[in-house]
Amino acid sequence: MDKVRKIEDNDLDAVEIGAAILGTGGGGNPYIGKWRCRQELRKGNKIDVIPLDELPDDALVVSLGGIGAPVVGVEKIERGDECLRALRAIEQELDCKVDALISSEIGGANAMEPMLTAAQAGIPVVDGDGMGRAFPEMQMCTWSIYGHKSTPAAMADEKDNVVVIRNTRDEVWVETIARATVVSMGAAAAIAMAPMRGEFVKKAAVPNTITQALSLGQAVLNAQARNLDPIATVLKQETGKLLMTGKIVDLERHLKGGFARGHIHLEGFGNNQGERGEIAIQNEFLVFWRNGEMEVCVPDLIVVLDADTGLPITTEVLRYGQRIAVLALPCHDLLRTPRALEVIGPAAFGYPELSFTPLDRAELGGV
Amino acid sequence: MYRIGIDVGGTNTDAVIMHGDKVLVGVKSPTTSDVMSGVVNSIKKALDDTQISADQISAVMIGTTHFTNAVVERRNMSETAAVRLCLPAAQCLPPMVDWPDDICEAVGGHYWMAAGGNEFDGREISKIDEDELTKIADEIAAKNIETIAICSVFSPVNDDMEKRAAAIMKKRLPNANFTLSSEIGRLGILERENAAIMNASLRNLSTHTVDAFRRALQSLKLTCPYFITQNDGTLMGSEFVQAYPVLTFASGPTNSMRGASFLTGEQNAIVADVGGTSTDVGALVKGFPRPASTSVDVGGVRTNFRMPDVFSIALGGGTIIEPTDPAKIGPKSVGYRIHEEGKLFGGNTLTSTDIAVGLGIADIGDAGPARELGEEKLKQIKAQIDDMITNAVERMRVSPDPIPVLAVGGGSILIPDQIGDLPVKRPENFAVANAVGAAIGQISGEVDRIYSLSEISRDQALSEARKEATDKAIAAGAKPDSIELLDQEDVPLAYLPGNATRIRLKVVGDLNG
Repeated sequence: MDKVRKIEDNDLDAVEIGAAILGTGGGGNPYIGKWRCRQELRKGNKIDVIPLDELPDDALVVSLGGIGAPVVGVEKIERGDECLRALRAIEQELDCKVDALISSEIGGANAMEPMLTAAQAGIPVVDGDGMGRAFPEMQMCTWSIYGHKSTPAAMADEKDNVVVIRNTRDEVWVETIARATVVSMGAAAAIAMAPMRGEFVKKAAVPNTITQALSLGQAVLNAQARNLDPIATVLKQETGKLLMTGKIVDLERHLKGGFARGHIHLEGFGNNQGERGEIAIQNEFLVFWRNGEMEVCVPDLIVVLDADTGLPITTEVLRYGQRIAVLALPCHDLLRTPRALEVIGPAAFGYPELSFTPLDRAELGGV
Repeated sequence: MYRIGIDVGGTNTDAVIMHGDKVLVGVKSPTTSDVMSGVVNSIKKALDDTQISADQISAVMIGTTHFTNAVVERRNMSETAAVRLCLPAAQCLPPMVDWPDDICEAVGGHYWMAAGGNEFDGREISKIDEDELTKIADEIAAKNIETIAICSVFSPVNDDMEKRAAAIMKKRLPNANFTLSSEIGRLGILERENAAIMNASLRNLSTHTVDAFRRALQSLKLTCPYFITQNDGTLMGSEFVQAYPVLTFASGPTNSMRGASFLTGEQNAIVADVGGTSTDVGALVKGFPRPASTSVDVGGVRTNFRMPDVFSIALGGGTIIEPTDPAKIGPKSVGYRIHEEGKLFGGNTLTSTDIAVGLGIADIGDAGPARELGEEKLKQIKAQIDDMITNAVERMRVSPDPIPVLAVGGGSILIPDQIGDLPVKRPENFAVANAVGAAIGQISGEVDRIYSLSEISRDQALSEARKEATDKAIAAGAKPDSIELLDQEDVPLAYLPGNATRIRLKVVGDLNG
């Protein structure tokens, strides 16, 4: 697929599905964001997309999005300009003009916020993001990992409250302070991070992920429209592999440290008859085991799709008896360096005994 | 005393008369365009067959697709004013933003957004403004709209603002009816608001329908109380239906599943209801349908109703078969025209029922035309049909336990006697399971709310929720001493500190009297 230059109304359904697929079970539901983008387009605003490699070196790029509890986000919908006001607060703080926006997390709801804010601000959104998937915390994005200092960061709510976090000891403190602030703001707010130079973004961002979300979603929609096997269609579109088709035979959930954790157990069917699968969850799908042997883990992507429709299944709607297809997609090399693995490898999620064995992109037929 | 259960379906209106646990008679007559004459015909037939007189009937329970059809066909919906209490939040997506154009037009597309709403923890987003709401009420009055839906942010946590706003607006709109979203839906403002607006728009139709049912029953000298079934398998009195018509959505599959449970005595089972064009497969947990966990579209509008989780496949008694290799099964069907078009009845179309008859599984019509395919071919096609059914049943299975599959509906001869490791049960009266489901309806009460467990314990929160649900059930007509807990679920909320947890809980009890 050619690189995307513009997101139009009839692309939005596909972006919604693709973003949810890349959400690997988490990241929040992009449905509301899709409708907000649609509203911007109906007002005559445009969602222009700039390919990562065309970003000028001296461009100022801001990553922004929603922060808070997804369940609150579907009840207290935003006023609409929270992200824009957070962006303006950054510009005011640094007395600068931002040239482009970028999503810190393409997987889930935060794929949409930079697009609609870019439409409001009249600037482009960069075709790329800071994860190429979804992760539960802000410092897990590539620019934090590769040394970008996200302060001054600005937060805005619907009540005209704007909070600027001017300086913190380290990136984890940004997360800590932002979490406390968002709770007082009603558990849903917008956050914009300190601008990055284009030169840095070109090195630190996961490229082409808007294009990827769009084409993934289109693959699913095409398969549905033409009664093709959606799983095969997705795999044809994407460098990746089918780990297992199976049925959920057990499901445990518990809350630990503010995260929804749990395990699902699978019984294979079709080509996987007789196999057992297990997936660990912490908001997102983290680790996949086959017959007790770890096969894929973070930061590579473990994607769970409905075996019949190809639509992504998020961790909240998992239930006993579902027939699912478990896919593995290789994460970008930026997420595979020792420095990145310290932050987003299995040990960072409580699996120190696991060592990350990257999916072999060449073996999967990719480039 | 006896009870009558009615199911008004797309093709047939079924009626049963029950005495205690016994089904005395089950009859079918065609559904009529006015609905009521079909109901009268069916009841008359049932009473005639059993020689039971009208004064021996203690209650009539009706399951109807009337309101769902009104939405699907965009008929009989009133112009409605949607009022959202949210400002300054939530203004980027106004009410009805995600509705298809034609249904938005059917209700007029009128909306207002005003100050109000709560945070997840109960704080106010802003105070409601009496002057602002009075002005909105005047604008609504000027448009001659008398049907209003009010939706406040986080009203499932605190419904006070919706109530106060209705009281303020009622002063200027004394004849208007108000639907409060907190009384209908759960968290998820767009879905809950959608349900509230649809409900409001159906209130006039509901008043007429309830009245028409009353007159139809009166014409049969049935003076007993009557109820309409809702989508969780429980009953609503006529006044309640007038206020909450949307709660009848999807009551059809619920009734057939509840009926199947009752007729077989099975509480945990898979139910396969085979009609003329499709098979609905659902799961029974403790005698009630398992609810769907995702949002459900009604007429193209997204809602979060407590709909039963039903997986439908395009396979029914009238499904058209092309005996290619492998055979092409459906999705087209001759439906209720099978008596003219099916080969077994002298028509030209090979149907799934022909295959069953050809193999001697059922003895109806003429097996000759199907037998021309040869036994091997028939077996191969039947194996394909069995695979489709097995796949659907496996999908709805709720545990590794070998629970039974209950086969109901007119086309249920298609269901094999064993599905994988699951035994199949075929109740007597399988063809009218839905009307039986209506006749055995109970009364329920439900709570769905976020609790902060930093102030109270989980047990306290659960018992608080249970008390509230019980009070709701009693208010709706349940016998207090018969009330039991049906379902309870608490989901910890991700990304939120303070141990916030969402509790959903439902109780049911027998109908009073």
